[in-house]
Amino acid sequence: MALKALMAVTGLFMVLFLILHVYGVLQAFGGREVYNAYATHLHQFGVPILHYNWFLWIIGVVLLIAVLGHIYAAAHLTVRDWRARTGAGRRYQTNKGRRGNQRSYASFTLRIGGVYLGLYVIFHLLNLTAGTIHPGGATPDPYQLLLNNFKVWWVVLIYTLGMIAVGFHLRHGVWSALTTLGAHTGLKARRRLNILAYILSFGIAIGFLLVPWAIVVGVIH
Amino acid sequence: MKITVRVWRQPNSQADGRMVSYEVDQVSEDMSFLEMLDVLNERLTHEGQDPIAFDSDCREGICGMCGVVINGEAHGPVQTTTCQLHMRSFKDGDEIDIEPWRAEGFPILKDLIVDRSAFDRIIQAGGYITAPTGAAPDAHAAPVPKNAADKAFDAATCIGCGACVAACPNGSAMLFTAAKITHLGLLPQGQPERDSRVLGMVAQHDEEGFGGCTNIGECAAVCPKEIPLETISRLNRDLLGALVRGDSN
Repeated sequence: MALKALMAVTGLFMVLFLILHVYGVLQAFGGREVYNAYATHLHQFGVPILHYNWFLWIIGVVLLIAVLGHIYAAAHLTVRDWRARTGAGRRYQTNKGRRGNQRSYASFTLRIGGVYLGLYVIFHLLNLTAGTIHPGGATPDPYQLLLNNFKVWWVVLIYTLGMIAVGFHLRHGVWSALTTLGAHTGLKARRRLNILAYILSFGIAIGFLLVPWAIVVGVIH
Repeated sequence: MKITVRVWRQPNSQADGRMVSYEVDQVSEDMSFLEMLDVLNERLTHEGQDPIAFDSDCREGICGMCGVVINGEAHGPVQTTTCQLHMRSFKDGDEIDIEPWRAEGFPILKDLIVDRSAFDRIIQAGGYITAPTGAAPDAHAAPVPKNAADKAFDAATCIGCGACVAACPNGSAMLFTAAKITHLGLLPQGQPERDSRVLGMVAQHDEEGFGGCTNIGECAAVCPKEIPLETISRLNRDLLGALVRGDSN
């Protein structure tokens, strides 16, 4: 019974992380020194109460728990839902009315979009966090890594597609999570929740995309 | 007008079903959808064929018995019950696809008839309310705010037709369950058992094999009684509160 609440809480927690993350990424507009100083401070955050890097490790572990909880709940609920609608495939014989009355593209693609996001996150972690994949050339300088990375066209493409997927996932996800937690109290609340979902989805997706595209057009160099 | 209907024919719950085409002549646009099926059934009976089995009772949109998926939409193109849908909503020469509700919780009995006992068991799982019996209480002994009374009444108009389940991409009966939760949960008479009711009904809902709500809103878009989507969020609030407090019953 609480699976949906788990889905909602872990999802909203990840949205909070994304807001902090987009703030960090946008530091790139401040130039090499600002960006690198921000990156260094992330490692030192909380020192001396926390030891070096502990802050990032704590965030990493908590996020991993959230992601696993989100995937666990999604898998269970999806299996249940598919059984309830008598199979994942075609439900009614007719070819008419297949798109329903009011389901949106974002709600339609929530599940498959989540799978894409999972793959994207794995690529992103290998690419810019662990640095295993470095198409533009490896470097210890975080700012230079960013520049090298987004000189490669297919990396820009992957990040662009990833952020479009984030946008769609958050458009329905934020609304659905808050509704599941009981925030949809009437028509006014519905409008407010939808506006919030639009602001978060557009804000986060565009906020992240500004940096790679600013590198492509040469604003960040 | 003359139309063609493609109907799901399935002799019993075990047998396989398929879509069968029938032409229906001399359909008046003033006929209700069910009358059109009556005309077709009369002909089928005369020809010695098995008439199409479908549910209906009051035929005035208040009982919730009738309900089929017409052209992929629960209750068809107008947001009302199937008996209140009229043939003027269709055009001469149309081909109309008619299918039963399709959900794990609603096994097909025959043709267009599904077994909706699951809904009865969900209501049963909600339990009783401790309304005192005996002499009628004074009219204003239990004041109810106008807003609460209105919303409770809106929820209480649910006729349990099952269109929400048929339309939901997840086969969820949350709109139905939420309507039942809301109409008692908003009234003073429903307060003592509010927690045990939501826990019991949601547990039974899941037990019956219905899916979970992903807040898409297809249910509210086809509901003939226009139960608002926000009732589901109210159920979620009640459920989370009850889970946090723990079941006292």
